[in-house]
Amino acid sequence: MSSAVHDTFAIERTYPAPIERVFAAWASIEAKSQWFGDDAEVESIDEHTLDFRVGGGEHLTAKAGGSVYEFDSRYYDIVENERMVWAYEMYVDGRRMSVSVGSVELTPVPGGTRLVMTEQGTYLDGLDTSEQRAAGTREFLESLARYLERTA
Amino acid sequence: MFAALADPTRRRLIEHLGRGPAAVSELARPLPISLPAVVQHLQVLEGCGLVRSEKVGRVRTCRLEVTRLQTVQDWIDDRRRGWERRLDRLGEYLAADPAPGIQPAPETQPAPEITANPEPKGENR
Repeated sequence: MSSAVHDTFAIERTYPAPIERVFAAWASIEAKSQWFGDDAEVESIDEHTLDFRVGGGEHLTAKAGGSVYEFDSRYYDIVENERMVWAYEMYVDGRRMSVSVGSVELTPVPGGTRLVMTEQGTYLDGLDTSEQRAAGTREFLESLARYLERTA
Repeated sequence: MFAALADPTRRRLIEHLGRGPAAVSELARPLPISLPAVVQHLQVLEGCGLVRSEKVGRVRTCRLEVTRLQTVQDWIDDRRRGWERRLDRLGEYLAADPAPGIQPAPETQPAPEITANPEPKGENR
């Protein structure tokens, strides 16, 4: 039994900062490490490297919730102060969970910069054991109820 | 479907199956009701598509039909929430650490036309 599920989502933000600064926040390890992996759920970041150029990539290893998350990406397109496109894999405890194409597009707007981040993902199986079993019973029933509402 | 879930025994069966596929006898063991009663409850769950069962030899094994799909959906939701938090942190980073030589915003409150960000800041802190 194997399968892949496809999904696309886009998130938009507008920052009161010039486009050069928003772009620069993605373009160096010094800037990106300030915000990219620093999540409340993350227990530790064990490795983070960034080679911000076409053909270069980013690697991040972090621990969260008792699992090891690995993020491996490669840049395919970078236009300074405009956009970047990368592809990446996510691993949880050594298992490949998703392969995605991510892009960030920046547009100047009055007083700031609009950022649109789009992710086209292919989500792989392998989740049905660890993740589901880790979920608490109540959590599971709540998510089941959400699923039923969506599919009713 | 919600009617099927309204019964506490059926919810316990779903909870059990949420941990992985199980034989009917395994499902019945912790329950204070007879095996035929458990089978009846399972038939209700099968009838609305929540549970699938398969008989191999003398053992009927049940599995939750929505589990895998739901798990993938949870993962996708997680990925999206992760990016939302990251982009909020980017906003905090940009606000807290203006680069030298670039004029900071003249007011603490950003102009109304650029407050399109619908997410409250720092909600996950």
